[in-house]
Amino acid sequence: MTVFQFSSPAWMVCPVILPLIAGLLCFLFSHRTFAIALAAALTNLLVVCLLTGQLLVFGPMRCHMGGWQPPLGITLRTDGPALLMLLMTAVTGLAITLYARGYFSYRISDPRRAGRHQRQQRYFWPLWMLLLAGLNGLFLSNDVFNVYVTLELIGISAASLAALSGKPASLLASFRYLLVSLLGSLTYLFGIVFLYRSNGVLDLGLLQNLAANGLGIRTALVLMSVGLLLKTALFPLHFWLPPAHANALAPVSAILSALVVKGSFYMLFRFWFEIFPSTITQPTLNFMGTLGAVAVLWGAVQAIRQHRLKLMVAYSTVSQLGYLFIAFPLARVDGGIPVWSIVIFIALAHACAKSAMFMAAGTVFLHLGHDRIKDLSGVRASLPITVFAYGIAGVSLMGLPPSGGFVGKWLLLTASLGSSQWWWALVVITGSLLASIYVFRVMSRLFVIPEGFSLKKSEPHFRLLEWPALALALISLFLGLAASWPLHILVHGTTTLAQVFVGGLP
Amino acid sequence: MITTLIYSLTGLILFGMGFFTLIIHSHPLRKILAVNVMSTGVFLILVATAYIPLGEGEIDPVPHAMVLTGIVVSVSVTALALILACRIQETSNSSLPGRKQQGEVPEESIG
Amino acid sequence: MNWGQWLLVSILLSSFIPGIIIFGLPEEKHRLRTVLNICGSIAKIALVLIMDIGVYFGHIFEIRLSIIPGVELLLNGDPLSALFATLSSVLWLLTTVYAVGYLEGSPNRSHFFGYFSLCVTVTIGIALAGNLVTFLLFYEMLTLTTYPLVIHRGTEKSQRAGGNYLIYAFSGGAAFLFAVVSLQTIVGPVDFSAAGFPSSFIESHGAALILIFILLIIGVGVKAALVPLHGWLPQAMVAPAPVSALLHAVAVVKAGAFGIIRIVLDVYGPQNLLLLGVLPLLGGVASITILYGSIRALQQDDLKRRLAFSTISQVSYIALGMSLADQPLAVIGGLVHLVHQGLMKITLFFCAGNLAETLGIHRISEMNGVARRMPFTMAAFSVGALGMIGIPPTVGFVSKWYLGLGGLAAGNWWVVAVLAVSSLLNACYFLPILTRAWFGKQQEPWPEEQYIGRFETRLMLLVPPLITAFIVIAAGVVANAQVSPLAWVRFIVRGYTL
Repeated sequence: MTVFQFSSPAWMVCPVILPLIAGLLCFLFSHRTFAIALAAALTNLLVVCLLTGQLLVFGPMRCHMGGWQPPLGITLRTDGPALLMLLMTAVTGLAITLYARGYFSYRISDPRRAGRHQRQQRYFWPLWMLLLAGLNGLFLSNDVFNVYVTLELIGISAASLAALSGKPASLLASFRYLLVSLLGSLTYLFGIVFLYRSNGVLDLGLLQNLAANGLGIRTALVLMSVGLLLKTALFPLHFWLPPAHANALAPVSAILSALVVKGSFYMLFRFWFEIFPSTITQPTLNFMGTLGAVAVLWGAVQAIRQHRLKLMVAYSTVSQLGYLFIAFPLARVDGGIPVWSIVIFIALAHACAKSAMFMAAGTVFLHLGHDRIKDLSGVRASLPITVFAYGIAGVSLMGLPPSGGFVGKWLLLTASLGSSQWWWALVVITGSLLASIYVFRVMSRLFVIPEGFSLKKSEPHFRLLEWPALALALISLFLGLAASWPLHILVHGTTTLAQVFVGGLP
Repeated sequence: MITTLIYSLTGLILFGMGFFTLIIHSHPLRKILAVNVMSTGVFLILVATAYIPLGEGEIDPVPHAMVLTGIVVSVSVTALALILACRIQETSNSSLPGRKQQGEVPEESIG
Repeated sequence: MNWGQWLLVSILLSSFIPGIIIFGLPEEKHRLRTVLNICGSIAKIALVLIMDIGVYFGHIFEIRLSIIPGVELLLNGDPLSALFATLSSVLWLLTTVYAVGYLEGSPNRSHFFGYFSLCVTVTIGIALAGNLVTFLLFYEMLTLTTYPLVIHRGTEKSQRAGGNYLIYAFSGGAAFLFAVVSLQTIVGPVDFSAAGFPSSFIESHGAALILIFILLIIGVGVKAALVPLHGWLPQAMVAPAPVSALLHAVAVVKAGAFGIIRIVLDVYGPQNLLLLGVLPLLGGVASITILYGSIRALQQDDLKRRLAFSTISQVSYIALGMSLADQPLAVIGGLVHLVHQGLMKITLFFCAGNLAETLGIHRISEMNGVARRMPFTMAAFSVGALGMIGIPPTVGFVSKWYLGLGGLAAGNWWVVAVLAVSSLLNACYFLPILTRAWFGKQQEPWPEEQYIGRFETRLMLLVPPLITAFIVIAAGVVANAQVSPLAWVRFIVRGYTL
């Protein structure tokens, strides 16, 4: 049984297949959904850890599906960045699975609307499993068109999840999200057309070796980038994100903000810096950086202006995604670290912190029945762990040490000041200050227990709702201290071609 | 060569028309159809790319596979979009629920 | 890991672990909470004293954790850390006792004492930080752990004070971070043990280094309440008295001052600063702060606000001492004032808290004849006030003496002038309080009198200020002896080539 050896590449099929099967099973056996989903999430995490071990021992690997070699066959590929994204998805996914269970149990325990929430739960699990399969497939794919398929899978599941709550605002937001997602995919597909016309191959590995620079390639790259940018909600293509993320159910918001937007970003970064590095010019990098800078500032200002907690957190996502794009002109500054470092730290820290924040916001909403920021006083008495989780997640978003957000911020600052492009540093610092404003606006309300406050009703213990949020928040906080692990995985697992390009344009 | 050019151009025009409609018009059904027209345009370009005149060699199956996949995806997404549009129609008051609403959200709708 | 590294870690853990446990304790477990706090503080003092002995005999205490290339967490026990760490741990014990007494009967004590312990952990972390990045880490965490203490009362005023505090602190932190990254880009990672970077950088990057110095000072100056970054401090007086005591004497303001010391002595080094010519700038800002703080103090009727402005003024003595970094005498004066000002100010705040808690007195105009009612408290207050003015044999005199000598040795007569004027102003705003308390006649009944305990107030509120007042006098009397803050400071300064 050589396929089950530790060194076998076939393991990388599991993160895609297992959630798919789990999704189907969840759909068929709607009374056992949580057990199936939890099993799938746990197994996913275990397999990803195994893949990490594989990577550290054997280096990057490829798996040719069905034995077909490229250019005809589709390959899956593990390397440093892919594996870190898989880890991020697995860990965050497990926490969200637990949280969702608590969320739906709480809602179903309310007899008035149990029926609607039963229905929501029945559809949530299969869709979430399919989304997980799509995400894992995206990170593992080594084929441009397979990426398109996984992007569509992600888009469909995400839009359906966003619409799950059934309220008019959710439906509208989800419809817009679906159309935007579709537009993005179509543009991406259009880009593939040009790519195929120029090169005749779809495999990322083969494309990497064909460092061409014609008009076809450039058009392809522009089109594919626009498509992926639509899905990643970079300013000014971010308009669909706040309503969609804010109106969704709390676990769905966490999934969307933490994971879905990271998928398309990952692909975008890979295209720019690994597949077509020679097509990229400094002005285009600066352009992306500028859009990122505007996103950071604009998103933060909008977040400060919001009256509702979930909308604020959604605009915070727009702002934080901007940091990822500020990394574009800075990623190739020579600092002795791999090209992917900046975006990996920001993405990992943001995934954990943002999902923790959305989970905390969801718990607060469940407890209070509303999420108006100015009326949030006294929550700390009944939900101390949730408030703590929110605060710690906020620390990472503000980029305070020792969180993962700080490490990302530090890398951005070092690269920017080291290459004398100090304006990016100013934007990063201003962004953090603005972030501290919107985080503490809520913190100060959550924190204070006014004199004479008494608990409204005795709540059943929210264990499944509170602890996953705290766990993720703590991970984002200590990601900074443990920063050498992701760095180790990156260094070990990045294909040598990308490392050649650290240090400037060839 | 000419064939390829004509089909590609048509595909491009279709894409443009669809894009224009998607942006400008607000009725959801219009938008859904626009997206379909756009995808048809892309598929057309793809097929045109793969065109090899008779006798000049073997047919490249990859673009065809891509188009087939694309059509399947397109159909599924259109179905989902239509259902969403119907559901929006049912739950909202106005009959043309395609108004652009930028982030303003009524209170009870946070889930 | 050798025993030295374990020692460093346990010094931090001795307040971190009680803090975490206290967070989990239910509100009613007063006794357990108090026991945990006191045990933690005693353990910490013991461990710090062990470290002091080790440092005195030249033992190296160091522990490193590498995060990413270029960012390394470094904890390190050198004589300067030992000074600050000892001060913090001793004063923490006293403040804990005081806080337990003060908050008797208040709600939310678990949260309060939890953050209290975390705050001290972070302060010791600042003391033990061995490079700029570690300092930055603990510095930002100090903001986070002191914020809940400031807004503890939950009133509108507390929240506004807390928000103001955050704006100042985070802006300062942002400037600091920018400066740290810029500095590291130019000279590489900055370890404090190197006591300054090679002077060759000054020719190539002189202007940038000056700018970075200014940003660094702004960063720590916010917490050290240098004018015009002092705005948060008077407002933060809305917090309960133990918090004010902690903020002013032990943690926040001292951390800022400590930062200035580190930047001048260990990041840049006195020689480089002389070459860059920025020391007069620091001296100027310090002098303005000294005078401005004293003048504003004169105008205050609220006792705690007067003390707040007095702190603003007094902490700048340390900055003034540092601005004469090439004069050993001035540096000694500045460093030793770190300890002395802490002792004196904490005494004053303890007494102010006693007056507020026992008699409801918040304003100086209400203090007529209060010494008859609370003689011991006012005795301690008087000792602290006299120390602030600089009357021998209090420790206040010792620090001013050295600062003056240092100024004269540098040929900067204006230092002596500033010292003289500020002492005069100190007298102007402290002596009336003393005369009012001791010699005034009580006009009306006290605002809210409580008879608590057999003595004039609860024992836990009375003993800490008496202890610190005693130390204020004792340390001044034995200042020239082997075992005194001054002796240790001399030991520190011997280690630097000035």
